[in-house]
Amino acid sequence: MNFDFSDDQRLLAQEVRRMLAETSTSTEIRRVLAGHATHSADVWNNLVGMGAAAAAIPEQFGGAGLGYLELCLIAEEAGRHLAPVPLASSFYLAAEALMRSGNEEQQQRWLPRIAGGDVIATAALADAEAWSTGPAPVFADGRLSGRFAVVPDAMIAGLLVLRAGDTLVLVDPAAPGVARHAIATLDPTRPCGEVVCTDVAAQALCGGERGAALCERVLNAAAVLLAFEQVGGATRILEIARDYALQRKAFGRQIGSFQALKHKMADVYTANELARVHAYYGAWALSCDAPELPVAAAAARVAASVAFNRAAEEGIEIHGGIGYTWEMDCHLYMRRARYLAQLIGSEHAWRTRLADALIREAA
Amino acid sequence: MDFRDTPEEAAYRAEVRTWLHANAQPRTSDEQRFGEGLDDAERISAARVWQRRKAEAGYAAITWPREWGGSGGTAMQQVIYGQEEERFLVPRMVFENSIGQCLPTVAMWAAPAVRERHVPRGIVGDEIWCQLFSEPAAGSDTGGIRTRAERHGDEWLINGQKVWTSGAHFCDYGILLARSDWDKPKQKGLTMFIIDMKAPGVEIRPIHQMSGDTEFNEVFLTDVRIPDANRLGEVNGGWKVMLSTLMHERLAIGGHLPTHLHRNLIQVARTARWNGRPALDDERVKERIANAFLSQHGVELIIARGLTALSQGKEPGPEMSILKLVAGRGILDIAGFALEMAGPEGLVAHQDLGREWSFLQQLWLSAPGIRLAGGTDEILRNVVAERVLGLPGEIRTDRELPFRELER
Ligand SMILES: Cc1cc2nc3c(=O)[nH]c(=O)nc-3n(C[C@H](O)[C@H](O)[C@H](O)COP(=O)(O)OP(=O)(O)OC[C@H]3O[C@@H](n4cnc5c(N)ncnc54)[C@H](O)[C@@H]3O)c2cc1C
Repeated sequence: MNFDFSDDQRLLAQEVRRMLAETSTSTEIRRVLAGHATHSADVWNNLVGMGAAAAAIPEQFGGAGLGYLELCLIAEEAGRHLAPVPLASSFYLAAEALMRSGNEEQQQRWLPRIAGGDVIATAALADAEAWSTGPAPVFADGRLSGRFAVVPDAMIAGLLVLRAGDTLVLVDPAAPGVARHAIATLDPTRPCGEVVCTDVAAQALCGGERGAALCERVLNAAAVLLAFEQVGGATRILEIARDYALQRKAFGRQIGSFQALKHKMADVYTANELARVHAYYGAWALSCDAPELPVAAAAARVAASVAFNRAAEEGIEIHGGIGYTWEMDCHLYMRRARYLAQLIGSEHAWRTRLADALIREAA
Repeated sequence: MDFRDTPEEAAYRAEVRTWLHANAQPRTSDEQRFGEGLDDAERISAARVWQRRKAEAGYAAITWPREWGGSGGTAMQQVIYGQEEERFLVPRMVFENSIGQCLPTVAMWAAPAVRERHVPRGIVGDEIWCQLFSEPAAGSDTGGIRTRAERHGDEWLINGQKVWTSGAHFCDYGILLARSDWDKPKQKGLTMFIIDMKAPGVEIRPIHQMSGDTEFNEVFLTDVRIPDANRLGEVNGGWKVMLSTLMHERLAIGGHLPTHLHRNLIQVARTARWNGRPALDDERVKERIANAFLSQHGVELIIARGLTALSQGKEPGPEMSILKLVAGRGILDIAGFALEMAGPEGLVAHQDLGREWSFLQQLWLSAPGIRLAGGTDEILRNVVAERVLGLPGEIRTDRELPFRELER
C-alpha cells in the first residue's frame, strides 16, 4: 500500500502552484468578480499551455497523457488559488464524457481542441428531474428540446454536453434553436448561463459506455476532482485565517491564543484532513477504475463539501468585521465553496448516493 | 498511489493467514468476541498462552528492532497482522500497553541488565505491564504529579496515589512517574521508574467503570521500595522519558474504530421499523449511515497516511492527533444512533437481545472513555492548534515556579 502521490506528481503540482500564485491573484479574480471578464485568460492559457489542464487526456488526443492522479493535484492547486477558469466545465465534465463514451469521430473532433484550449466545453449532467421544475429535456430522432437552468461557463462554451434522460447529447451552441443568456449567481467569479434548446439538431455520444451508468461514471470522476478543488480552497482559507489570528490582537493578546479560536481552527483542520483522505482515496479509485469508485467518489464529495463550506464560513468569523467586507478575499472563498458544493448536485443528494452505494454493497 | 498490497505485503499477509488458521479459530460473526463466558483470571491466562505462541512465531513484537527481541518488521506488517488477527477468536488488548508503550520505554532507557531481565519475559507473555502516570490531581496536566520519590542510598522510597491505571489488577510491572524534586519547576522534578506491582506497599483497588467493567484501578503506594537500578533515564529527567512513551503510543497505530460499524448500522436499519416501514427506507437514516462511513473509513484512511509516512522513513507527526478525535466522536454517534433506531427496545439490556446488540451497547458505553484516555478531545485540539497550525500555547503561570510553591 502506498497512500501518497509520487515525487514527480508533487513536482508538477508545485510548478502549477508557482504559476497560479503569480497569475491567479486577488486582482485577477476580482476582474471576473466585477464582470470585466468571463474568466482569466492569463490563468487559462498557462494551465492549458503547461499541459496541466489536459493531464488526463491521452496523447493521441492532444493531451499530456499523464493521468487522473496528476489532474487531482492540479485541481487542488486550482481550488487553493480560486482559479477563475473553466477547468471543471471543460476538463472534469465535458472531456470526461467524451473520453468515456464518444465514438472515434467525436473524440477526434473535440478532444484535441479541448486539450489545446481552442474550444472551451461544458456539460450539464445532473439528472434534471431531480430539482428542476419545468418539463424534462427530451432527445428523439436526433433533435433535442429542453431547458438547462444553470450551465457553468455556458456563455463561453463552444461545445455543450447536455443530459436528456440518460442520454448525453453534444450540442453546438451556435446551432439554430439554441438560446443562451448569462445569469447572475452567488459566485460571479465562475459565471453560469441558462441554455434553452428548441428542436435543435444534435448528436448523442454513441461510443463506449451509455445511459445512466455513463452519467454516473462521469459524475463520479467530477466528484473526485471537485473534491480536490474543495480541499485546496479549504486548506488555503484556514491558512489565511490562522495567519490573521496570529497577527490580530484583542484584550492584550493574539486572538489566536484564545482557546475558542484554537479549537475552532483545530476542528476546521480535522474536517479538512478528513476530506483530504477521502479525496485521496477517490483519486486512487478513479485512477485505476476500482469498483470502489461510487463509494469513494461520493464520500470525497460529501466530506469535501462539508469541509470547504465550513472552513470558509469560519474564515470570516475568525477575521471579525474586516472579514465581512467586499475588499477582503474571505467572501470569495465562501462563494466558491458554495459553487463547488452545488455544481453537480448538493451535498445532501450525494450523501444519499453514498448511503445507497453502501447499502448495495452490504446486501 | 496504490491501495492494494504490494507483492511483499501480500506474501506476508498469506503467511500470517496460514499461521492463524493453524493456531486459532476463525470468528463466525463481526460481533463475536474472545472470552465470552470466561472469568478475568481465565482470560488473562489465555492471553499469556496466546502471547507466547505469537512470540514463538515472531508476531509478538513485529516492529521492534531485533536487538530488543522483536522481528524488525514494518508498521505495515504490524497492521496487516492486526487486520488478519481481527478475524480470529483470540485474546486481544491485554498486552497492548506492554508491547505498545511500556516495554519500548524500558528497552530505550533501562540499564542493559535490567533490560535483559524484563524485555524478553514481556515479549513471551510472562510479564504484563501497565502505565502509572495519571493521579487525582494530574491527568491532562501530567506535570502536576505529587507521588513522592525520595532517595535513600541505592533505593527510592515511593509514597502517593495513582489513578485510572489500566490493567493494574493483573499486571506484574509498571512504569511509574514520580516527583523526585519539589524545588524544581513542575516538569523538571520528575523521575521515571520500573515498579513491581506485587511489591509490599502497592495496594490496588479496582474502579467500577460506567461500562460496568473494571479495567482501570486506583493504586496506593506506601513506602514502596524501588532499587535505583530500576530507574529509567536520569534523575529529574522523567518528563523526557514520558514523552518517549507517548511517542511509542502514537507509533503503535492500530484499529480505533471497528471497520464493520456502518454495516452494523445498515443491519439494524433493515430490521428496525419506523412509521410501519423499514428504517432503511428513511432518508434521514441514510444520511446517518453515510456519516458513519465518513468517520469510520476516514479513520482507516488517516491510518493509511500514517503508514505511508512511516514507510517513507518519516515519523507520523502530530497531525495523527485527529485520529482519536474522529474515532471517539464517531463511535459515540454511530453506536448511539444504532440504539436509537430501535426505539424503546434499544434500551433493553444487551443480554436479552443477542450478540449484535451487546456489541453496540458496549461500544456506546466505551466511547466516552475513548474520548478521554490517552489525551482528551480538548487536549488533542490544543495539540493540533499549537503543533500543527502553529497557534500560541496556553497562557500558563505554572511553568517556572518551583513545584512546591504552586497553589493546589
Ligand atoms: C479508559 C481510560 C483508561 C486510562 N488508562 C490510563 C492508564 O493506563 N494510565 C494512566 O496513567 N492514565 C490512564 N488514564 C487517564 C487519562 O490519561 C486521563 O483521564 C486523561 O488524561 C484526563 O485527565 P483527568 O481525568 O484528570 O481529567 P482532567 O485533566 O481533569 O480534565 C477534565 C476536563 O478538563 C479539560 N481540560 C483539561 N486541561 C485542559 C486544557 N489545557 N484545555 C482545555 N481543556 C482542558 C479536559 O479536556 C476534560 O474535559 C485512563 C483514562 C481512561 C478514561
